[in-house]
Amino acid sequence: MNETIIQVRNFKAAYEGRTVLDGLNFEVRRGEVFVILGGSGCGKSTLLKHMIGLYPPAAGEILIKGKDIAHAEGEERRAILREFGVMYQSGALFGSLSLLENVRMPLEEFTSLPREAMNLIAHMKLALVGLGEFCGYMPSEISGGMQKRAAIARAMALDPELLFLDEPSAGLDPITSAELDELIVRLSRSLKITFVVVTHELASIYAIAGRVIMLDKRTKGIVAEGRPDELRDRSENPWVRQFFNREAKAPA
Amino acid sequence: MQYNAMSMPQTPNAVATCKAAVEAGALRIALSGRLDADGAATVWDEAVRAARGHSGELIVDCGELEYCDGAGAAVLIELQRIAMQREQSVRIERFPEEYQRLLNLFELRHFLQDEKVEPQATNFVVDIGRATANLLTDLYNGVSYRGELAVELWRALRHPRQTRWGEALLLAEKAGANAMPLVALIGFLLGLILAFQAGAFMKEYGAELYVANLVGLSLLRELGPLMSAIILAGRTGSAFAAEIGTMKVNEELDALHTMGVNPVRYLVVPRVIAAVCVMPFLVMFANLFGLIGGGVVVLSFDYPLITYYNQLFTSVAAMDLSDLLTGMFKAVVFGLLVSAVGCLRGLQTKSGASAVGDAATSAVVTGIVLIAIWDGIFTALFYALDI
Ligand SMILES: Nc1ncnc2c1ncn2[C@@H]1O[C@H](COP(=O)(O)OP(=O)(O)OP(=O)(O)O)[C@@H](O)[C@H]1O
Ligand SMILES: [Mg+2]
Repeated sequence: MNETIIQVRNFKAAYEGRTVLDGLNFEVRRGEVFVILGGSGCGKSTLLKHMIGLYPPAAGEILIKGKDIAHAEGEERRAILREFGVMYQSGALFGSLSLLENVRMPLEEFTSLPREAMNLIAHMKLALVGLGEFCGYMPSEISGGMQKRAAIARAMALDPELLFLDEPSAGLDPITSAELDELIVRLSRSLKITFVVVTHELASIYAIAGRVIMLDKRTKGIVAEGRPDELRDRSENPWVRQFFNREAKAPA
Repeated sequence: MQYNAMSMPQTPNAVATCKAAVEAGALRIALSGRLDADGAATVWDEAVRAARGHSGELIVDCGELEYCDGAGAAVLIELQRIAMQREQSVRIERFPEEYQRLLNLFELRHFLQDEKVEPQATNFVVDIGRATANLLTDLYNGVSYRGELAVELWRALRHPRQTRWGEALLLAEKAGANAMPLVALIGFLLGLILAFQAGAFMKEYGAELYVANLVGLSLLRELGPLMSAIILAGRTGSAFAAEIGTMKVNEELDALHTMGVNPVRYLVVPRVIAAVCVMPFLVMFANLFGLIGGGVVVLSFDYPLITYYNQLFTSVAAMDLSDLLTGMFKAVVFGLLVSAVGCLRGLQTKSGASAVGDAATSAVVTGIVLIAIWDGIFTALFYALDI
């Protein structure tokens, strides 16, 4: 069960020569909920975008199931892309398509299922996130939290083993956010999906995280790695303990 | 889709099969192999057809399944749905324990109706009604928008300090200076073509020198303003609509409202001022290059340049200031129409990325239609008033 699904080695990310992250090493194991933490602007979304192959690393490598997505092309790349689903920080639903059509889109792109089958599968995914009644709605006609859930449904359209979520609970009320956490836990248990989640919410972290890594803007690297309760109680880094205890100032 | 189907790499063990047989009045559909998206795609049609073609009990045998994911669950739900809709009894047998949890996530009763893909089905009558309502609200909005714009423009002139002149200047550079090369090119071609086509014919009557007056008059009074306005609609009206439309989609307009800033004052007024101010220059530029184009043709008829000049400005049929001024007047009005309607279309943008494209298209189309209508009105008016 402790098989590695993503491996990141000596990873470095830079935008136009400006280094954002440097010297990252970690791995994500199959079936776990892996959480990436850090202050705003420290490079969480950047790390996620590199993991899903939108940008090639400036140095080092990222392997998904042993395959290097940044340098794969054509069919090989398509095959890797099919292994995972992504929910972007802003949801990124296509505004001109209804929810059902949004979820159906990856199915149209990657499978040869008949139309009615795609409709049913899309409907099932929407029902899974509690939006079964909203198939025909346009993204602009539903609330922000519903958009996030619809985006998760779209990410799951192809039954990926691996889901990347960028701030699923940001901007949601505590109850909706807790529901989303519950959804993540449920999916991870029943479908054995591996999650890589970026989040700020302390409550979410305790609810979902198996393991977390914490990024730091100053060192451009990982300052802490482990289970959230371990980090809260036993980290040597006062800043990390402060984060997990939600204190404003570092303890003296 | 067909293309995608063929380009999919087919892993050898990805095959799922479906066997249907009637046993003692019941149809037994046996699914085996890997029921993932590819597997479901292979068995879907066959399984569905078999289920539809039978009117007794239905048994789905999953004993040989190696793997099943959401797509596989969809096959089972579809089969159950078909049976329920036709009130047949249905049973799933020997479903692998490990995937039971997956199936439990979905409650069959939620999927009994077919999916609603489109937001709303409409019919012909509803469409006509909606189109009429849209037209009327469009007219109403247009009127109130014009009123608001007039008030704000008047305000801008009375309180020049509150107007965003810097922004207007930047916009004027984009709409005016950057459009000069295109306007010059079109103007030159227009003069050249007019002179050449008419000259070849007028030469037979020895009247080729009057080409100068033909080119001069038609450019100054009609074609210069018309061409420049159409270029303005294509280059700038669409840009205004797209800019403001994108802001609308990003809820930036709502943000302006909540800050107590009137979007018409903040966004539309500088744009309209910029467009109105650059239009006379664009038209002059178009006229100048048009006259140069005409001159090239006259030169090719072996007249010296001074003859062309005299014919244009000092002969009996020469153009006078009123020709230039009517052209300029039109230019200003066209600039106002095109920029105002461009901004209006931007403000009216609905949500979604395609809405911005629609707004830009509509800005150009409405702009050109308005230009055509008003040009007709002006020509008739000036003729009647003998200006
Ligand atoms: N497309 C880009 N071009 C240039 N710099 C970028 C780009 N995207 C992000 N950055 C920079 O990279 C750094 C990390 O940004 P990133 O979006 O990864 O932060 P984040 O950790 O996700 O923050 P948040 O929690 O606010 O979403 C920031 O300093 C940002 O300015
Ligand atoms: Mg981010």
